[in-house]
Amino acid sequence: MEQMKINRIRQGTVIDHIGAGKALAVFHLLGLKNDQTTSVTMAIRVPSRRMRIKDILKIENRYLDPTETAMIALIAPQATINIITNYTLEKKERVKLPTHLEGLLRCENPNCITTALREPVQGKFTVIGDSPLRIQCDYCLTIIATEEVERLFLRKI
Amino acid sequence: MGKGLITLRDYSRKEIEEILSLARVMARDQRTGTDIAKGKILAALFFEPSTRTRLSFETAMLRLGGKVIGFSSSEGTSVGKGETLADTVRTVSQYADLLVIRHPREGAAQLAAEFSSLPVINAGDGSGNHPTQTLLDLYTMIDHLKDLEGKEIALVGDLRYGRTTHSLAPALALFGVKLILVSPQELRIKNEIKVELDKHGVKLRETEDITEALDADVLYITRIQKERFPDAAEYAKVAGSYRIDRQLLGKRTPLIMHPLPRVDEIAADVDDLVTAVYFEQAGNGVPVRMALIVRALGLGG
Ligand SMILES: [Zn+2]
Repeated sequence: MEQMKINRIRQGTVIDHIGAGKALAVFHLLGLKNDQTTSVTMAIRVPSRRMRIKDILKIENRYLDPTETAMIALIAPQATINIITNYTLEKKERVKLPTHLEGLLRCENPNCITTALREPVQGKFTVIGDSPLRIQCDYCLTIIATEEVERLFLRKI
Repeated sequence: MGKGLITLRDYSRKEIEEILSLARVMARDQRTGTDIAKGKILAALFFEPSTRTRLSFETAMLRLGGKVIGFSSSEGTSVGKGETLADTVRTVSQYADLLVIRHPREGAAQLAAEFSSLPVINAGDGSGNHPTQTLLDLYTMIDHLKDLEGKEIALVGDLRYGRTTHSLAPALALFGVKLILVSPQELRIKNEIKVELDKHGVKLRETEDITEALDADVLYITRIQKERFPDAAEYAKVAGSYRIDRQLLGKRTPLIMHPLPRVDEIAADVDDLVTAVYFEQAGNGVPVRMALIVRALGLGG
């Protein structure tokens, strides 16, 4: 059993079916680097029936809010979130792409008003496609595709 | 409070037609003038110069009996000193009843609308939207062709950077036209816009050859700018091949439109044709903008 390769957790969250090599990004995205109170187990490139290979992140005593789940969907659209209580699976759900993103990314169009110096606005995007992921800036209407989203995202964290 | 206009992208054909029919009402008493906007002040914030758009907005407000304040370039203003657009907009909102904004960056009008307590009309932002131009273009086409359903409209020139066609093409798609997109390879329409056109299911054909578009009902010509080309010789060659003159047109009489200013993409010998309507088109900017002001100020009409 693939699950046995890494420790089970007593309670917390297991993020499964993360695309291979993306677990570290999810780790940073959740701010786990600076969170001294949780212990985290990360598995990278483990075999998976559904995905061939995948990453897994197990986080003790930590639960995700909807914004965090939405952010994970951007980087790992196939991920499942498993809530563990007392070593047993209490709830399991696929991440869902949000319809709207606010403040997470900055537009990549250098002539977009949101990238102007000191304007008090954050990037706002509408998700217009999920596979492949495509988002559109609410201001300048520039469309950003998957790889770009990831690049912009990782640059931030 | 009335309704501003940032983009036509989320407008239905019906909403657009309502504005156009209000514009037709405005056209009737355009010359005699009215005073329905008496006591109202329009603030024209032009962060980049645009003679035609600014003068036509000013004319529209004056014809309605209102007054205009504003600036026509950011030089010498607080903006030149580094003030943010958000701050300028919040300040001017304290003075006027309506904001009209022209800005070199895409999305500026949207941002202005978020920070303003007043209705905002977008008079062009970056290479993004230019909805008032689109409305006057539609007004002119419908004025001459009555129904646009099934008509062939050729958009010619710089379809990549020109904001006019970015705004116009998707709006035309709502009216059931067939589009011919005529441009040099390097100035083809952006993918974003094509995605939008596909969404509307519009019939379209792309070509680099202007002669393939001469039988269209409308030739909408736009300027090809020198800056888009690496060298002057290349520019001259490309621009020359999209030049419209009497000889090229032969006996054909498509409606010939241009957002102006033109340089030499339409020869002067075309001006006398009854179907060369570009000056009339510019003139239609007044009733259309009158309609938008009336609507934005919630004056009925
Ligand atoms: Zn943008």
